[in-house]
Amino acid sequence: MTDYEKLGLKAGIEIHQQLDTAEKLFCRCPTRLRDISERTGEFYRYLRATESELGEIDQAAREEMKLVRKFCYYTYDSVCLAEHDEEPPTPMNPEALDVCLTLAKMLDMTPVEQVHTMRKLVIDGSNTSGFQRTALVALSGALPGGCQVETICLEEEAAQRVEGETFSLDRLGIPLVEITTTPCMHTPEAVQEVAAHIGMVLRSTGRVKRGLGTIRQDINVSIADGARVEIKGVQELALIAEVVRREVERQVALIAIADELRERDARVDHTVIDATALFADTKSAILKKAKVVLAVRLSGFAGLVGREIQPGRRLGSEMSDYAKKCGVGGIFHTDELPAYGVTADEVARLREFVSAAEEDCVVIVAASRERAGCAAEQVILRAEMAFSGVPEETRKMLEEGSSAYMRPLPGAARMYPETDVFPVVIDEELWGGIEIPELLTDRAARFVREFGLDEALARQVAFSERLALFEEAVAAGVRPTLAARTLLATCRELARDGVDIDRVSEEEILTLLSAIEAGKAAKEAIPDLLTELARTAGGAGTPRERVDAAIGKMAPAVSGADVEAIVRRIVTEREAFAREKGMGALGPLMGVVMQELRGSVDGKVVSEALRRELKQLLS
Amino acid sequence: MDTLQTGDRVRYANGGTTLTGTYIAERDGMAVVKLGSGYNIGASFEKIELIERPARQPAAGASVVVQNPDLPELAIISTGGTIASRADFRTGAVTSQFSANDILRAIPELGDVARYRDRQIANILSENMQPALWRDLARAIYDEIRTGVAGVIVTHGTDTMACSAAAVRFMLRTPVPVVFVGSQRSADRPSSDNAMNALCSAAVAAGNLGEVAVVMHATTNDDRCAVHRATRVRKMHTSRRDAFQSIGMEPLGYVDYPSLSVTLSDEAVRRGAEEPELHDAIEERCALLHFYPGMPPAVLDAFEGYAGLVIAGTGLGHVATDWVPRLQEMIEGGTTVVMTSQCLHGRVCDRVYNTGRDLLRIGVVEGEDMLPETALVKLMWVLGNESDPERVKELIKTDLAGEIQRRSVP
Repeated sequence: MTDYEKLGLKAGIEIHQQLDTAEKLFCRCPTRLRDISERTGEFYRYLRATESELGEIDQAAREEMKLVRKFCYYTYDSVCLAEHDEEPPTPMNPEALDVCLTLAKMLDMTPVEQVHTMRKLVIDGSNTSGFQRTALVALSGALPGGCQVETICLEEEAAQRVEGETFSLDRLGIPLVEITTTPCMHTPEAVQEVAAHIGMVLRSTGRVKRGLGTIRQDINVSIADGARVEIKGVQELALIAEVVRREVERQVALIAIADELRERDARVDHTVIDATALFADTKSAILKKAKVVLAVRLSGFAGLVGREIQPGRRLGSEMSDYAKKCGVGGIFHTDELPAYGVTADEVARLREFVSAAEEDCVVIVAASRERAGCAAEQVILRAEMAFSGVPEETRKMLEEGSSAYMRPLPGAARMYPETDVFPVVIDEELWGGIEIPELLTDRAARFVREFGLDEALARQVAFSERLALFEEAVAAGVRPTLAARTLLATCRELARDGVDIDRVSEEEILTLLSAIEAGKAAKEAIPDLLTELARTAGGAGTPRERVDAAIGKMAPAVSGADVEAIVRRIVTEREAFAREKGMGALGPLMGVVMQELRGSVDGKVVSEALRRELKQLLS
Repeated sequence: MDTLQTGDRVRYANGGTTLTGTYIAERDGMAVVKLGSGYNIGASFEKIELIERPARQPAAGASVVVQNPDLPELAIISTGGTIASRADFRTGAVTSQFSANDILRAIPELGDVARYRDRQIANILSENMQPALWRDLARAIYDEIRTGVAGVIVTHGTDTMACSAAAVRFMLRTPVPVVFVGSQRSADRPSSDNAMNALCSAAVAAGNLGEVAVVMHATTNDDRCAVHRATRVRKMHTSRRDAFQSIGMEPLGYVDYPSLSVTLSDEAVRRGAEEPELHDAIEERCALLHFYPGMPPAVLDAFEGYAGLVIAGTGLGHVATDWVPRLQEMIEGGTTVVMTSQCLHGRVCDRVYNTGRDLLRIGVVEGEDMLPETALVKLMWVLGNESDPERVKELIKTDLAGEIQRRSVP
């Protein structure tokens, strides 16, 4: 059992959540995601780092600049010149600011008096402008369990990467709130719990987007002798604790490596050696193909480069991540060789060529001269960092919860004002007018109390995307249990059976439920009726007309007299069975009658009629 | 407490929150404070207090860029605009860069195309451009050409760049390329069109062209710039990169990016075709009027005594019939009146409808297919250099600098 307290674990989270506003944050486009097959065009651009007043290019931006890249953008009929970086931004979307302030109030935060929009340099291509617009809206909030929210910011979503250097502009500019906690969590589980709580608060507004990719967590982790590391893009809540556990494991391992390097009196040889000739006849496809093979000798590193620091990750993987910034595919090191077509003989000759002793590790990179030279420098850089343990980094999560190096932690130097957007004053009137919605957890408890739903169903309803429809149905007089079961269980079952239930409008579902409550059809007919409405979706008529038509087709109204007649006929046809089973025939016969009536009549009515008929027969 | 100064360390207390930050500036009565995270917020002055005033940091010494002496020399003449600029990450102020050294530091690849000398004649937003400055500009370019530079680049705000380029074209005979360039998206942003436009303009200025041109993005892609003739180019979009368009003709050429290979059409005047000459006299008492339905003829009173008036008329070149008597008075009083069209595309013809025939009768000059702004600049220049009214009329209808297409090519 890892003692996280003893290790001095400090963790914080940043949660990014897309808002479900009608328009984007700084233009008037809809916040609708598109399929790339719907694109109406594409264009491409180059981005370059700009120089700040102090003559410094932001470290994170400089890192991105190592690769000269051309970015391609897919555009749509739902995208405008603003996303193309061909038009100045509109004023900040007041609807998005309202949601952000609502969240700030729910988290007991203090709004800033005047919101200033900033440009945060991001030149990985995900923003056509080369910066992301972001604004600090409120400060210092409280979370249950004594944790604090540091800030809430309102910012633009970036463009979605399609692949490589190609991005899709539909997502660019969707409003996003970023909620940042202090490093107030001390166990992996606590991080996951806080993330879950903030997620619940976000959904309580009913104004955030739902579904995969609409919420992302970045996790900040450090341990006592480690360093602050930010792990980006954790999409699944359930993985958060594991990500923290693995990062702690990595930092512990890197600190141990640093100790051992010092103990061994290890050194990094800064001479890059051209070892191309050694591999002239190699069987390794990668080495053979490369213009040059460069070697770096790491004295006293043997065994440490190949040591696992996290499941599936070694110190060598970290060096490889740094080298990849130069456009190489990766590195080879003697801790893992012979392998990949490199023979033991070649390894021996390599060691001899660079005068490597047994306790040394040799790293090789194979590429064009320029790229390999750059990569070798990066390997040397990362090897030097190994002496101080854990470098401060921004990392990206890999599957299962390990992580890879992305770039250095960005500094404040990458922010400067967005002069095209005027500041927005948050005065008493605006702040006072913000209403706090009921938390979903409170709402679930109320559903148990007021509607008598069982706890599981109540929670399911409260957290469901159909919550608003449920409340509307209940307000219209539909029994809460019927509404909840229809919206959750029935709809889900139909979807599972291949019915395109999403095509049935909420208004039609509401009309249908009201019709059931008015006795126009029995609740048993709901699956058939929804299936019919889905099948004919998009057809003519108002919701009422369409629902009436579905009932007419699938569950035509049957009068009381008709029910009596059908029941009598069925009992008569099965008289022998009825006499044999007595009142025990009620159940089996019920099924026969209901099938015939196809849900046009409520089960209770049928059951009473059948009971009367049987009694009469048996008396 | 002293008045706060930019760079002061301040404490900000608001609703139980206390933060420290850097005072940036006053805006709308509030203090802009930069927090450690880099975010700015607006705060009431009564909620902030000075912690300390750090000693002024000496400005970082700008590194000197070494230029390649084997490359041709170009002159960069700046008038303002943001072809190169630097953002102050503390205040957000974007400062324009004018020295060749600063421009080369911002766009180092320029050093592979040529070496540069710089000259600043103004630092203005281009909407504040004045005809007198066109003259200063033409003289500065002429001087540079006389010193033997291989080409001239003029950096200019985009709003009135086409007018300035046309004015220089009328004032100057040049054996070398004179290239006007600007940027539509501010130079502080990584996506700015400044670097590509500057590099393409340098390639043209070092190349085989022999006239005044505007070089700007040809499309929304960073793929090529178009080379436009100074007298036929117009800004046709408020914000797009490819706002500049040649009207009534194809561009003179293109520059591919990033290869910077220049292709010129047969139409383009080649290097060395002209000897340097400067004729910088202009008559500034000229105006351009955009006619609209119902525009009262009394508007013309404001131009009483003007030497020249260009009208951007409707369609083929018309104004309301009730303008005819007042225009006639002006023409008789010595004002040269030139008719152009709001359509921008196509040629004026006042011989088709009665109104047009009336206008011709009273002495209005058909401006052929000239762009209204080009016609204005030309009228100023012609009136500055020619006093005989009949010669003026003749010159207006004669193609002097590529401003008139003899044929309207479909």
